[in-house]
Amino acid sequence: MAQAHAPQFKNPVVKWIDSRLPIFTMLDHEYNQYPMPRNVNYLWAFGAIAGIMLVIMIATGLVLAMQYAANTHIAFESVERIMRDVNYGWLLRYVHANGASMFFIAVYIHMFRGLYYGSYKAPREILWILGVFILLAMMATAFMGYVLPWGQMSFWGATVITNLFSAFPLVGDPIVTWLWGGFSVDNPTLNRFFALHFLLPFVLLGLVVLHTAALHVSGSNNPLGIDAKGPQDTVPFNPYVTVKDGFAVVVFLIFYAGFVFFAPNYLGHPDNYIPANPLVTPAHIVPEWYFLPFYAILRAIPDKLGGVLAMFGAIAVLAALPWLDTSKVRSCKFRPIYRQFFWILAIDALVLGYAGAMPAEGVWLLVARIGTAYYFFHFLILLPLLGKLERPLPLPASICEPVLKGGGRVAAGAHAKPMEKA
Amino acid sequence: MRSLKSAILSAAVALGLAGAAQASEAVHIPKQEWSHSGVFGTIDKASAQRGFQIYKEVCSTCHSAKLVPIRTLAGIGFNEDELKAIAAGYEVQAGPNDAGEMFMRPGIPADRFPSPFPNDNAARAANNGALPPDLSLMAKARVGGEDYLYAFLTGFEENPPEGVTLMPGMNYNKYFPGHQVGMPNILMPDGVTYADGTPATVQQQAHDISTFLTFIAEPHMDARKQMGVKVILFLIVLAGLMYATKRKLWSTLH
Repeated sequence: MAQAHAPQFKNPVVKWIDSRLPIFTMLDHEYNQYPMPRNVNYLWAFGAIAGIMLVIMIATGLVLAMQYAANTHIAFESVERIMRDVNYGWLLRYVHANGASMFFIAVYIHMFRGLYYGSYKAPREILWILGVFILLAMMATAFMGYVLPWGQMSFWGATVITNLFSAFPLVGDPIVTWLWGGFSVDNPTLNRFFALHFLLPFVLLGLVVLHTAALHVSGSNNPLGIDAKGPQDTVPFNPYVTVKDGFAVVVFLIFYAGFVFFAPNYLGHPDNYIPANPLVTPAHIVPEWYFLPFYAILRAIPDKLGGVLAMFGAIAVLAALPWLDTSKVRSCKFRPIYRQFFWILAIDALVLGYAGAMPAEGVWLLVARIGTAYYFFHFLILLPLLGKLERPLPLPASICEPVLKGGGRVAAGAHAKPMEKA
Repeated sequence: MRSLKSAILSAAVALGLAGAAQASEAVHIPKQEWSHSGVFGTIDKASAQRGFQIYKEVCSTCHSAKLVPIRTLAGIGFNEDELKAIAAGYEVQAGPNDAGEMFMRPGIPADRFPSPFPNDNAARAANNGALPPDLSLMAKARVGGEDYLYAFLTGFEENPPEGVTLMPGMNYNKYFPGHQVGMPNILMPDGVTYADGTPATVQQQAHDISTFLTFIAEPHMDARKQMGVKVILFLIVLAGLMYATKRKLWSTLH
């Protein structure tokens, strides 16, 4: 934004408004001129994709909320009414239900991109921590949204998750009663979950605005993890990145549409098409796929309170990441040892997810325990030590140097020094 | 690096195999051929109409389909007059009238399928304590979907395998979780007489009723898939245009 210049608006109305309330100048600075490192790859599009997903979720959710009835007697039936009788209600609901999964896919890729390229390091700590809060808000929203259809998994998922709070000594049981609004998951629970499920996306939106504001202070990270040194290292956001992100968004929408139109219930659970019944417990209570790694961590610890603390700790440890990682080098490209451990962590997360879907017994319990231990080992022990022990590869002098090296037409005056590129 | 990658891969494969081994302990549900499976598949309307006949003559003596309006059947090819006739075949409670009393009237297409029992307790009382589940969403509410329904309906065995003692009033089914089910083997060869002359084997009946249940669980499935093909074709073209634009724009940078 150092190179930002005041835009000249031709439209007299825009000009009139902008001189009194400079929203057009702000938009121009943040989304038109905003300098993006020219070497960002397609992994950087997942921030935009996640943003689009939030908008899709709010838009479809608003219309669904106009048709849905948050009462235990008719909630299930009102969802079926949406599916059968509301014009394109099936489309709205499937877009919304699968949209939750797509939102998490986008955000998880976005997070792992941040992990790989060290996007959480100074000066982007607050940006990263806001991201952790976004993840928490998403999880709460998604959990409460899954309760609303009032199927078997809705009811029993809500029962299991709210009961977690009873693990806390002394205050646990009163907290659970307070969450429920009674002595079991029932109509008051459904009512407040609906209210909160409507509210939280707007909290999420506010967090996203802050996340973006913090991003635009430090500027975007890039695959080399070094700072942009001037205009030769960046491109204006519009049109270059809008078009690139736009292409990525459309490709993601194809993937999304594949689920919505051809496998809309693949990511759900058949039990949620059975109306909630407090007297019949499903054989396996399984959360949605995006919670499975955390569910595995919860069940890996033999103690209830310990499990709850480990589960929340698994997210809290992410917030401490900027200080746990002691390496000054951001990008994995120049951290040969950390790069390998990054992939082990990624596989660990997948293994935990798989173990979370399996019954917590026998070999899967052992797998979940090893996976949990490794998860915390990675963040709490490995990262602090690795920063001190690892010898990073030499960093390039600037972004444009390696970008233009293979490009053929090297701008006059650019360095042609051979680069050690990972 | 390479050795690490191969170690990770082999670990992942080992885990996958362990998972597969565990899954195989569960009963395997054979896959059937469905006209509605796949991207371009649509509901076989003739089969679904035969399935409706089985639902009407067999299933609905115990099972409800209370989320399904009778007009839904327009989706499997019944015209308006036929729908009115089907609906008029049911007695529906309405009211209260001006005297404050409930009364019975012939059904109209906007009515939902009437349930065989006034409430769950009555259903249990009439069925040896077991509650026949509602069929509105049955095809979506069981792991395996319509394949499971077919397997279940053809999976009854008169004599349970050795070592299995059935509880009183229970029946043995190869595919039901736990194998003991309150529902008896209900599909008999020529148990129904199809109006279109299709031979009513047990397999044919199971196929037809499973198609019908798939239809009522998701009446908009055909419309959904047809829209999906258009949406994805549109998006592919749009993606191509976006990519070409991106290439052209970024080529000016170097």
